Amino acid sequence: MEWRHKDLLDVTQLSKEEVQHVFETATYFQEINSRPVKKVPTLKGHSVVLFFAEPSTRTKTSFDMAGKRLSCDTFSLAKSSSSLTKGETLKDTALTLQAMNPDGIVLRHWASGAAQFLAERLDCSIINAGDGRHAHPTQALLDGFTLYQEWGSLEGKTVLILGDIAHSRVARSNLTLLNKMGAKVRFCGPRTLLPPYIKNWDAEVYTDINEACKGVDAVMCLRLQLERQQDGLLPDLREYSNYFGLGHKQIELANPDVKIMHPGPMNRGVEINSELADCEASLVLDQVASGVATRMALLYLYLTRKK
Amino acid sequence: MSHPELVIRKAVWKGEEVDLLVADGKILDVIPSSDAMYEGAEVVAARGLLLMPSFTDVHTHLREPGFEYKEDIASGLKAAVHGGFSNIMCMANTDPVNDNAVVTDEMLRRAKTAFPEGGPRLFPIGALTKGLAGEELSPMHEMAEAGCAAFSNDGLPIKNSELFRRAMEYGSDTGKPIIDHCEDPYLAPAVGVNEGEVSSVLGLGAQPDVAEAAQVARDLLMAEYLDMHIHLAHISCRKSVDLIAWAKKRRVKVTAETCPHYLLLTEEALHGYNSDTKVNPPLRTADDVEALLAGIKDGTIDMFATDHAPHAAHEKEVEFMNAPCGISGLDSALSLTWSLVADGKITFETFVRMWTTAPCETFDLPLNSFKKGDPADFFLFDPSDEWVLNSKNMHSKGKNTPFRGQTLKGRVISHFLSGKKIV
Ligand SMILES: [Zn+2]
Repeated sequence: MEWRHKDLLDVTQLSKEEVQHVFETATYFQEINSRPVKKVPTLKGHSVVLFFAEPSTRTKTSFDMAGKRLSCDTFSLAKSSSSLTKGETLKDTALTLQAMNPDGIVLRHWASGAAQFLAERLDCSIINAGDGRHAHPTQALLDGFTLYQEWGSLEGKTVLILGDIAHSRVARSNLTLLNKMGAKVRFCGPRTLLPPYIKNWDAEVYTDINEACKGVDAVMCLRLQLERQQDGLLPDLREYSNYFGLGHKQIELANPDVKIMHPGPMNRGVEINSELADCEASLVLDQVASGVATRMALLYLYLTRKK
Repeated sequence: MSHPELVIRKAVWKGEEVDLLVADGKILDVIPSSDAMYEGAEVVAARGLLLMPSFTDVHTHLREPGFEYKEDIASGLKAAVHGGFSNIMCMANTDPVNDNAVVTDEMLRRAKTAFPEGGPRLFPIGALTKGLAGEELSPMHEMAEAGCAAFSNDGLPIKNSELFRRAMEYGSDTGKPIIDHCEDPYLAPAVGVNEGEVSSVLGLGAQPDVAEAAQVARDLLMAEYLDMHIHLAHISCRKSVDLIAWAKKRRVKVTAETCPHYLLLTEEALHGYNSDTKVNPPLRTADDVEALLAGIKDGTIDMFATDHAPHAAHEKEVEFMNAPCGISGLDSALSLTWSLVADGKITFETFVRMWTTAPCETFDLPLNSFKKGDPADFFLFDPSDEWVLNSKNMHSKGKNTPFRGQTLKGRVISHFLSGKKIV
């Protein structure tokens, strides 16, 4: 398949066939990752800037490792460690990055639309590693890939996404991806953490976790930002974990082969019972491994596309 | 009959071809077109262009003093005359805030300096509270005397309803209207984006239409209780239109304005994160547009206003959530609202009334109605002239408009103020 996209801003840009192609490419790289020598020369001579205006050790490390395993030079620009912080605008940042002439930029930014902002102004590929509350396409692709590896196909499966949907780019991107690949999506959380107009989204919406868990094939827990209590959206964490945290009782209501996922880092005992995070059904560590393979696939597809 | 000094020949007014005669900067007469000779008069051939009384904009931000890099009074007034406006009311959110007569005087002095030979008239709007802080009343009598035409905390509406009541009471004694920017700040933690489908897809903080309508309701109840007039700025949604219609039926003294962008754009324009679509109140839905148009038709919405809010390019070219709200409107408002006439959405009479008689009567401003003795403020308008709105042909310093690059129809060909050609 010839890759036709310059940038990865959102999973909405990708067709079902293209997502499938990412999965297949990632399968190939997953195999490389299980070899004793995990480095291939595929992207030798290419350079990628990892620009994280919002901190995320996990995603950044994952991209860094993905790049290095493909022999791609990766350069990190953290917001705090660069001159790109002190009052510099995103436009100036864009021009600075352009001047470095990289083949790609992996961008994590706190503002929704930041990846599109850069993509419209730069010639190199922009890979959105999370922008504000908008999108997190690589997380959705790695989550989808993790389930694809388990199930072979997502067709007809039901996935529950649990927690702070309103503020979550992971929820938005996963909804799009899972729907695209033929799965049904349920959302569950307190009303204050569900976005307005969620009724128009292609998902079943629950505020009762027990109802939501009935018969599902996978549960994706989202990380709860602990300051939601101060935002006036929650009374306290104890009540939250009692009524909206994933526990043993809920898992028993799900399909017997249910899978448990979490994009990390987890607040153990808040959004997820600590034992469940480590149990047989948990795919949390598989997600981390899939993350590297998926990001290798994406770097490969975007950097070697026909220009 | 005194002798005309200026004759506009063969202009079209209310479907008739007319000659307009001006003497001493005032309308002398409007008569059926003829080839009569007027000795000593300057004769301008209008060649069938539409004759319009100059427009009035009751809601602009001219940024001076304090933010001259966005706009100054001279550049704002220049954009105004090119856009067809002769009366401009400007909001108080300058630096220093227009909350005392010294600032009002200075604004008026700068308007005069910009057009020493006579030009568009500036009517500053004084702040309701000192520093727009919503804590202490401004010296409104002093500002009214200095030339403020109205009072408003636009942009920073008063949170405290008790203080708002007192501001209305005290302000009403000056005889000048009170204008409210309707937004419950507690219901609107984020601005510039409508809470709706688009905001949820784009992942942007947003405010619901309830934030506007709740405060509209408060203001209407207050105006009824106090039996005082209130003018509601930039109405953007159906809920507000419904409430205003309800109040008008109860004979509450309320007038309301809406802006061209609320009639021509919806929240869909936000896809792509173009910060020029970020405006407060935000662009709403197709249903809201429909309600506003119906409200214009049945008289619930009284007038147009631009809410001209110029910003510098570097301020808008940032992350959407960090961009300031506002659309630069004076250059394009006439053409944009003319498109509503051209598309049969509003009548020609409504179009003229909403930009002239309605604002002038509400705010007691000079009005040209082509009667003998009226100020000779008028322009010639070519309704078929097509032009592309771009940074170069905008006279405002603020180029921030989502209509940039669009082909607009209808343009001011020449503009006369007190009988003098300005454009
Ligand atoms: Zn306002």
